[in-house]
Amino acid sequence: MPELAVTLRHLERRFGDFVAVNRISLDVRKGEIFGFLGPNGAGKSTTIRMLCGLLEPTSGQGTVAGYDILTEREEIKRGIGYMSQKFSLYDDLTVEENIDFFSGIYRVPPEKKAGRKAWVLDMAHLQEHRRTRTGLLPGGWKQRLSLGCALLHEPRVLFLDEPTSGVDPLSRRSFWDLIYQLAGEGVTVFVTTHYMEEAEYCDRLALIYRGELVALGTPSEMKGELMADQVLCVSCDRSHEALGVAAAVAGVRDAALFGRDIHLMTEDAAGLAPRLRQSLEAAGFQVDAVERITPSLEDVFVSLIEARDRAEGAQQEFRA
Amino acid sequence: MSGALNFRRLGAVARKEFIHVLRDPRALAIAIVLPMIMLMIFGYALTMDLDRVPLAVWDQSRTPQSRELISRFEGSRYFSVGARPGSYAEVEDALARGRTMMALVVPVEFGRRVASGRKVQVQVLTDGSDANTTTLALSYADAIVRGYSQEILVEKARRLTGRPPALPLDLRFRAWFNTDMESRIFIVPGLIAVIMMLITALLTSLTVAREWETGSMEQLISTPLLGSELILGKLAPYFVIGMVDMLLSVLAGRFLFGVPIRGSLALLFGVSAIYLVGALSLGILISTKAKSQLLASQFAFVATFLPAFLLSGFMFDIGNMPTALQAVTYLIPARYFVTFLRGLYLKGTGLAQLWPECLLMVAFGTLMLGLAIRSFKKRLA
Repeated sequence: MPELAVTLRHLERRFGDFVAVNRISLDVRKGEIFGFLGPNGAGKSTTIRMLCGLLEPTSGQGTVAGYDILTEREEIKRGIGYMSQKFSLYDDLTVEENIDFFSGIYRVPPEKKAGRKAWVLDMAHLQEHRRTRTGLLPGGWKQRLSLGCALLHEPRVLFLDEPTSGVDPLSRRSFWDLIYQLAGEGVTVFVTTHYMEEAEYCDRLALIYRGELVALGTPSEMKGELMADQVLCVSCDRSHEALGVAAAVAGVRDAALFGRDIHLMTEDAAGLAPRLRQSLEAAGFQVDAVERITPSLEDVFVSLIEARDRAEGAQQEFRA
Repeated sequence: MSGALNFRRLGAVARKEFIHVLRDPRALAIAIVLPMIMLMIFGYALTMDLDRVPLAVWDQSRTPQSRELISRFEGSRYFSVGARPGSYAEVEDALARGRTMMALVVPVEFGRRVASGRKVQVQVLTDGSDANTTTLALSYADAIVRGYSQEILVEKARRLTGRPPALPLDLRFRAWFNTDMESRIFIVPGLIAVIMMLITALLTSLTVAREWETGSMEQLISTPLLGSELILGKLAPYFVIGMVDMLLSVLAGRFLFGVPIRGSLALLFGVSAIYLVGALSLGILISTKAKSQLLASQFAFVATFLPAFLLSGFMFDIGNMPTALQAVTYLIPARYFVTFLRGLYLKGTGLAQLWPECLLMVAFGTLMLGLAIRSFKKRLA
């Protein structure tokens, strides 16, 4: 197995006139937990489906586990595990029957079959429910079973498309524990998500927006170097009303509510802070604190995406 | 590159499909109950025999001669003498209300003229809405009236010459294969062909479309499973169900409708198996193309039931169809199965006579199975 588990080179997919994935290039190293982050409709699932051989790219190249996604799809399918966004096991089969079915499909060797099944039941905490109809299980349990079935043949690369959407936070946490465990065993995990706190768990991230790769790096790289803007956090009363006042202060690029605080994007936090306090107090607000904070990933993405929208807007004006 | 067909993967699919069917009461109902209901409905309703046509009689003559004529109608199994109207208004009323299908009007002078050996007219009025039944009923009525007038002639000649005259022509006919000319013996075998086509295609038309709808297909096509393994694995349980249906239909035909089987049972089930593979594959083919259960089942119904019902020779004789339509019937596999089943059931014929039909069914099965496998793509778009 090569050092690079997944490579994409100018990978593109169009649906008619719509460009779902716009010439994306990136590499995923072996054993990495690689997060593919972006809003709904950004092209995350389309990319993952091209990598798994489910969808033909319009142009560009890619490899998974050393196999070409254009010409060696069946080889890829033998060596990967894939969990689609929608729950895709059979509700009318029991837990055990689902495991047996995928075990047969993946041709898990007979001498390993019992062991793998026990591993999945154990991993998904479903030993006592092996004869339960899968449709009766709660969402988080189904998710674990799906993951288990995608891992029966011990794949080296695992593709997870929004694996935790619609799962409660506790189950989500334990799901990620599993992913860490797998990565520790050398499995490469390629995971899409739109949960920011999940993005923090990844070794590296790609931010994708409207089919384009906007940023690529580790979570801390993203918060540091990639972030051109600085973030000021303002605590004051009636923050909902204060938001409009704060946004209008010169030097504020963007303002958003974060709980009861206001986060402001600016190029010069130190210069802005006193002016901001002044303006808010002049407008009759009680300001408790104005401080510069380390941006959260969400700040980073909002900032990056808005920068992208501004650039595109400028371009369109220029063309007009 | 895609690798060879693997029986373990095929077996895994077949096992899963068996579980689906066994746990889905609706699928089981379609599979087992529906064919039986259809057999009952069509078997009993679709008799083309004419029996006990309601006949109203207005006897204006009221003589031994007119009563003799009427008693011949009463004695016939084809007529059932009911109303006794006393005027044309009443005759018309009975026909219009559908209380009778036919009315016999015997004129006042009937008895007198018959007795004196003169010509006399008898009137039959009928509700001609259903042309087929009317024609049949008229021919029966004609036969009765002719029989009576012939007897009068014979009697007259005997009185003149002292001995009964020899009639110039004497038709003697015997119906072979269906000696009693009961239409159900003819209908049931054809009906089995139509039902098998519909049920099997309807059942399988749902299976592939269902997986696209629920999303499980996306999971399946991300695995090394081959299209051929998926299709054949899906066919397996429905093949078993189809053969059970076939057995039930044959048993119902034999013991409920009293239709005897003159040919070989082994040949009957062997050829049915081939026909089933073709019909099941057609269902799968529809399912892979439709990707929605509703669309697939509707299409399966139109694509199988209507041609099998109307163009297979089951309902309407192919020889009487316009030439262009006759050409179309060669594309309807049910046509061959209907011919085969009728031959085997009624005449006891075997492969020696029916090999062309059997060969065409093999060709149909192979073609459909091939198309079903080829049309299945391990792709999302």
